[in-house]
Amino acid sequence: MKEPFRALTRSQAWRSVFRHGLPLSNRTRAEAVFYNFFLHVHPTKVRKRSVKLTYTWGLGGLSAGLFIVLVLTGALLMLYYRPSVQQAYGDMKDLQFVVSSGQFLRNMHRWAAHAMVAMVFLHMLRVFYTGSYRPPKEFNWVIGVVLFVFTVLLSYTGYLLPWDQLAYWGISVGTNMVRSVPFGLGERISYLLLGGNIVGENALVRFYVLHCFVLPVAAMVLMGIHFWRVRKDGGV
Amino acid sequence: MNADFRLEKNSDARAVPKRVAFVKGRTSARVRKEEEEMVMTVPHLVVREVIAFMLMVIVLALLSLFFNAPLEWIANPEHTPNPAKAPWYFLGLQELLHYFPPIVAGVVLPSLAVVALIVIPYFRVNVKRENLWDEDRRRKLILVLSVAGVLSIVLLVYNVYAMLIPTVIVAAIMVTPAFLRRSRGALGWLGSRPLSWWIMTWFVIMVIVLTAIGTLFRGPEWSWTWPWKEIY
Repeated sequence: MKEPFRALTRSQAWRSVFRHGLPLSNRTRAEAVFYNFFLHVHPTKVRKRSVKLTYTWGLGGLSAGLFIVLVLTGALLMLYYRPSVQQAYGDMKDLQFVVSSGQFLRNMHRWAAHAMVAMVFLHMLRVFYTGSYRPPKEFNWVIGVVLFVFTVLLSYTGYLLPWDQLAYWGISVGTNMVRSVPFGLGERISYLLLGGNIVGENALVRFYVLHCFVLPVAAMVLMGIHFWRVRKDGGV
Repeated sequence: MNADFRLEKNSDARAVPKRVAFVKGRTSARVRKEEEEMVMTVPHLVVREVIAFMLMVIVLALLSLFFNAPLEWIANPEHTPNPAKAPWYFLGLQELLHYFPPIVAGVVLPSLAVVALIVIPYFRVNVKRENLWDEDRRRKLILVLSVAGVLSIVLLVYNVYAMLIPTVIVAAIMVTPAFLRRSRGALGWLGSRPLSWWIMTWFVIMVIVLTAIGTLFRGPEWSWTWPWKEIY
């Protein structure tokens, strides 16, 4: 078993994908990090202190992990969902009773979304109480606060999509709050968000586009900057 | 020998702050950083990350197997549920809406909170963690008590007991170390917390209390309702 495996990892095909040998020496372990697109967000060596669970509680990493779960389950849900007043609720019922594992998929997306709001908030608390916002990391804290706002907005725009009573009135309460912004600005923002004065067809399409495209892409760009700066400032 | 200075051999910069360094030959003059113990990212960090992610997915999957996401009747603009509630993370704000005019609860307070969070790192922070009450005790005490007092009166006028009680408790705990000076134990620890720590802790307690009340204790007409009572 061992020999064929060795031979495979030495083959040209394997080497064309992974440019390093098995991570058996410190040299190949370092190469495993900096020759890998996904791992190169990390340095090749990290402080022993920052690997300890009680230092970060893994809250930032798990927030990113929840985002991955949400993108994957969200993409699958998009296959069965049409953002129109006529069809949205029916599609939810189909997910519940017709689509294989549809209910499970929706549950996973829903609970991961709630968990992400809480997780990002907890991550912010951890960073505050360990003083990890101090120079030179001030601006990364600011990006983090913006990412928290984006997380809440992502969750909130998704809240309308099932088009049930919970969704409809949840969004109505929220957009009514926006209307109280002074100087007529609130009316305009709310009109822009809903594509009208009431929560209807236009609002559903707008929230769908925000939820599935605009906000996730914006959040991903910010996350890229966030992680890059963590690394530049000497983090993991 | 009566010298104005005494030569001490020591490599600790804190114990002997003024120092004469003899730079030999090609060595550069700089303080050597304390070396931290390092580990390889593969496997030490990556393995932990993978395990944490897998555990999280398992927990999510179990949760999703046993608890279904809510789905109510189809949206009906003619029929307003009582109470109409936003998602849980906005219920703290909705609870504020119960006490203050919409412009304050829906716009001013949340904007203030976000701006306050953003500017945190741009204030000088208590890096050395000196005791908050060591210097200027009187002035600080007057300042803290008057800010807490004005805030409490505003909250009392608007009948916001949900915010008043935690505010008074936090302020009381905050000033206790000013009267009972201790360098150790819980009081010593509380005394060495910087001002930003107190503001953040107060803010987090507010968020948790208001969100919990809005989520669990509000029924028809936003009246106080115990969580075990059905509201719909």
